[in-house]
Amino acid sequence: MIEILAIPPLATVQDLGRDGHWFQGLGRAGAMDSLAHRAANLLLGNDEDAATLEIPLTPAKFRFHGRQAFALAGAPCGARLDGRALPRVWAGMAEDGQVLDLGGMSDGARVYLALRGGIDVPEILGSRSTQLREAFGGLEGRVLAPGDRLVPLGNETPLLPGHGLSLGLPPLRREGDGAITLRALPSTEHDDFSPAAQQAFWSTPYTVTPQSNRQGYRLDGVELTRAEIGELRSHGIVPGIVQVPGGGQPIVQLADSATMGGYPKIAAVIAPDLWRIGQARPGDQLRFERVDLAEAEKADRESDRLFAYWKRDIAALVRQLGSWT
Amino acid sequence: MPETRTSLIGSRALLFQADCPFDLVHQQRFWALAEEAAGWPGVREAVPGMTNLTLLLDRVPTNIDRLSADLAKLWESGVRKEVDGRLLEIEIAYGGTGGPHLADVAELTGQSIDEVVRLHTAPEYTVYAVGSHAGYCYLGGLDPRLETPRRKVPLTRLPGGSLSVAGLQTGVSASTGPSGWNTIGSADVAFFDPARRPAALLGPGDRIRFKPVEVVA
Repeated sequence: MIEILAIPPLATVQDLGRDGHWFQGLGRAGAMDSLAHRAANLLLGNDEDAATLEIPLTPAKFRFHGRQAFALAGAPCGARLDGRALPRVWAGMAEDGQVLDLGGMSDGARVYLALRGGIDVPEILGSRSTQLREAFGGLEGRVLAPGDRLVPLGNETPLLPGHGLSLGLPPLRREGDGAITLRALPSTEHDDFSPAAQQAFWSTPYTVTPQSNRQGYRLDGVELTRAEIGELRSHGIVPGIVQVPGGGQPIVQLADSATMGGYPKIAAVIAPDLWRIGQARPGDQLRFERVDLAEAEKADRESDRLFAYWKRDIAALVRQLGSWT
Repeated sequence: MPETRTSLIGSRALLFQADCPFDLVHQQRFWALAEEAAGWPGVREAVPGMTNLTLLLDRVPTNIDRLSADLAKLWESGVRKEVDGRLLEIEIAYGGTGGPHLADVAELTGQSIDEVVRLHTAPEYTVYAVGSHAGYCYLGGLDPRLETPRRKVPLTRLPGGSLSVAGLQTGVSASTGPSGWNTIGSADVAFFDPARRPAALLGPGDRIRFKPVEVVA
C-alpha cells in the first residue's frame, strides 16, 4: 500500500479509458499520456490497461507501507526514493516506510505511478478510469488528496533486477525543434477556413494557454477565420479534434472530451500523437503537421511496433533473471 | 452540393452528414444508419448525432471511399428506424435560483413568463440523440417561438438537472458542467447512473414531457 503525503490538485487514477459508451454520451477518460502509462505497466509485468496514478505538474510525495514494487514513467521530475535519485522511467522495489519524492517537472506535464497488478479500485463500465464530470471511477470518482491510500491489485513480487529496470521513451519534440509537432488530418470544416487561416494553422506554432486540462487545451496563435456558414448541428467529437469557436483560437479536445459538440473542426490529431499533448504544459508550443490516412495508418503500426519491442526486451530480461534464481 | 458527406474527426473516427431538414423523419434515417453500421466489421460504435452519424473505428480506415459509399447508399435507400420509446414525465421548477434566465427568455422572445412555461410544457419532446456528457439528451420539438440566442458569457458550473434552451434546442443537463444556454428551470432526475443497466436513463426515440410544479418569476 502507498500513502499520499502530498499531491498536486488534479491527480487521478486512470487506465486506458472506458470504451464502448459513446452512445450513452460517456467519454473515454483514460491516461492523457497513454504511452508513459503503458510503459510504467509493462515494466512491472502488468497488463497495459492496469490502473495507474496520473500526476500532473508535480511535486508529490508518497510513503510505502510494506515492501512492494512500483514503476514511474512520464515527464522528468527528479524522482527520489529516500533521497536516492531514480531514472525518469524506472521500475523497482521500495522498502517499508520509504518515501518517494517527485520534484518539479523540468519538462512535460504528467508522470504515471504504477503498482504491481494495477491500482485496486473498482472496475465500473469496463474501466477503472476516473470520470471527473460524472464523478465515478478511479478512487471514489474524484481527484486524490493527501491521506489517500492506494492498494496494489497484485501481491506477488515481479522479477526485477536489484538496480531496477528502465526503458527509453520517445522524445517529446523532434531534434532541434522548440515546438511539439502533432500529426493531424484535415477535418470536416477545414476547407471553409480562409486560405490564409489554413496556411497559418499548418505552419505557425500555437501556444498552450493556462485554460487547459484533461478535457481540452485552449491554444493561442494566429486567428483562424472562415466563411460564415451558420451554426452547425451537434455532432460527434473525439479526443484529438481541433475545434475553432467564433473567436478564432483553436481548442484541442482531450481524454475527458465531451462526446458531442458544435464548433467547426479544422483538424484531427492522429491517435498515436495524443500522448504528446498530454505532456504539453501551458506556454509550450504546438505545431500541426498535415498528414493523410496512409501516414496515419503507418504511425499506428510504428506505435504498435514500439510496444512490441518493449514487451520483447522486458520479457527477455525477465527470462534471464528467472534463469539466475 | 452533394447530398451526403463523410469526413474525418479523428484518425479512427468518421462523421457522416446529409444535407437534410432537421426533423424526426430524417433523424429516424440516422437511427437506422447507426443500427446497421454498428454491425459492420471494424466499427466499434455507431452513434447518431443531430441529423448526422459518428463512426468510431478499430483502425485507421484505409477504405474510407468504400465506407463513405456504403453509408451514402444506405442513406439514399431512405430506410428509417421508428422507435416506440417510453415516455418520461419530468417535474420542473421553472425560474427561481434553478432557472435564473427565465425572465431573460421571456424578454428575448417577447412572451410573458407564464406563456414561456406554457409553450415549453406543451409539446412532447423526442430524444434525437444522447451525447455531450453522459446521459444528456438532445431533444427535438421545441416551439420555435422559444428560440433564443446562446448567452454571451457562458456559466462555468451549471448544476446537473438544469433545464435550458438555446436556438431551437432544449434539454436538461445530466451533471455539473459549463453551459452557454439559457437556464429556465431545474429537475431532480438521474439521467445517468453507472450502476444501472443501461446507465443512461433515456435513448434515441424515448420521449419527454415537462410538468411544471412551480413557477417563480
